Amino acid sequence: MARVKFLCDADRCIECNACVTACKNEHEVPWGINRRRVVTINDGKPGERSVSMACMHCTDAPCAAVCPVSCFYTTADGVVLHSKDLCIGCGYCFYACPFGAPQYPKVGNFGSRGKMDKCTYCAGGPEADNTPAEYAKYGANRLAEGKLPICAEMCSTKSLLAGDGAIIAEIYKERVMKRGYGSGMWGWKTAYSDSPTG
Amino acid sequence: MPGSLSTLKVLFAALAMLFVVAGPAAAQLSFNPTAQAVQEDKLLNALKEGDKISGRVSIPDKMSSSLIQPAGRDWRDFLRNTLPIIGGVAIIGMIAVLAIFLMVRGRIRLEKGFSGRKILRFAAFERFTHWLTASCFIILALSGLNISFGRWLVLPLFGANAFSAMSTWAKYAHDFLAFPFMVGLVIMFLIWIKDNVPGKLDLQWIKQGGGLLSNGQHPPAKRFNAGQKGIFWIVIIGGALMSVSGWFLLFPYLPADVTTLQFWTVIHAVIAMLFIAAMLAHIYIGSVGMEGAFDAMGTGEVDLNWAKEHHALWVEEEQAKGQAPSGTTPRAMPAE
Repeated sequence: MARVKFLCDADRCIECNACVTACKNEHEVPWGINRRRVVTINDGKPGERSVSMACMHCTDAPCAAVCPVSCFYTTADGVVLHSKDLCIGCGYCFYACPFGAPQYPKVGNFGSRGKMDKCTYCAGGPEADNTPAEYAKYGANRLAEGKLPICAEMCSTKSLLAGDGAIIAEIYKERVMKRGYGSGMWGWKTAYSDSPTG
Repeated sequence: MPGSLSTLKVLFAALAMLFVVAGPAAAQLSFNPTAQAVQEDKLLNALKEGDKISGRVSIPDKMSSSLIQPAGRDWRDFLRNTLPIIGGVAIIGMIAVLAIFLMVRGRIRLEKGFSGRKILRFAAFERFTHWLTASCFIILALSGLNISFGRWLVLPLFGANAFSAMSTWAKYAHDFLAFPFMVGLVIMFLIWIKDNVPGKLDLQWIKQGGGLLSNGQHPPAKRFNAGQKGIFWIVIIGGALMSVSGWFLLFPYLPADVTTLQFWTVIHAVIAMLFIAAMLAHIYIGSVGMEGAFDAMGTGEVDLNWAKEHHALWVEEEQAKGQAPSGTTPRAMPAE
């Protein structure tokens, strides 16, 4: 099976935030949680770039490594998912995640965060595919329907790419060759380079 | 409308002039915003340890403005590789040392046996404070160790669902019992500080190894000897560090910064391991390790002979105040 990844071509991102909005709508993400966000670097200065960032579904994911109850698992496609039934809301995955992906529904203090929520690569959770129970906890399971994540599918400039990691990397490299510049495959070094299998 | 057309022509000419003039000016900046944009590689290489690449976000959650924080990997390494070593050496090491000590030295007995007469060592309020703090500490320690190592030690025994349910309750216990623990710490500090100021006698006690290693040697001590003072200060300083670091973890949205939170979790975890090891020694000597010692915190009254052996100067002080039975009566007194 393909090893799926996200790639944001920051030279194309226009910070329209459609990916953020589409994600919230597709999964009916709770108020206050953003599974995806657009961060603008050097805002207002020459050469500023915007990067759309969510869970990168790391190889040998740090969140899975530090979870005290071992609630994470990686699918055959390389998508990192978790079980909200097992999650105790301790916050460790947020400390370890290089990309700030884990979010918590309760921002109240006193150690109450609620169950962690993060990008599922539109692949749901441990429940049976496309059941109401799965939708309520994790949102839509587009992968099970043969579709790619909604954020990348509807990106107006095709900045955000999703799919087989080898193919989207090739597309990005072609773009860089053609236009002569590229600000980099944001997050790839941090998310995938530690492992020989990529 | 020829009039407006000519106006447009003039406008275009003016615009063209503007570009001709502005063109060289832009070139003087020698910056091409397209090709010379921020580069991930350069930003990553320029990062100092613990730094992160961040920018501006338009959503309200300002914590999400951090784009990449490689420090998360260091934190993961600490948790997976360093902490088990620290915890293992400190806790298993201490258990091993205590077991060897028990085998070599045995239980420290009263030399003259029990006199049958009692002297009040800890009043009810002191004992209440001790056990309030102690019971909270034990639950905090167990639930904390569960968070750190339960995944490897406990999860295989119970299975994922039962372990998760238990860990949820353990987490609640950890969060809420932190408060009575902190209250206990403050009271202990206030009621025992006057007897725990280090003094000259403590040097002598330390030189003699506290009489721990040999029978019949009892360096004189007031209410608390140097070892007990050590435990007091470990509890106060360790407890204060645990409270401060724990406070940030209980209220993670106050600092609202992942680097700060990582720092305090490391402090919390390392101090916890050392604290637990020190308390194991305290629990040992207060129960199995020394005959007559548990009564001090059990009933509050210790045997007069125990008090004389371990806290000779304190007994004299209490007798002078008339709050203790006189020690002059010979031991071999006929039965009354």
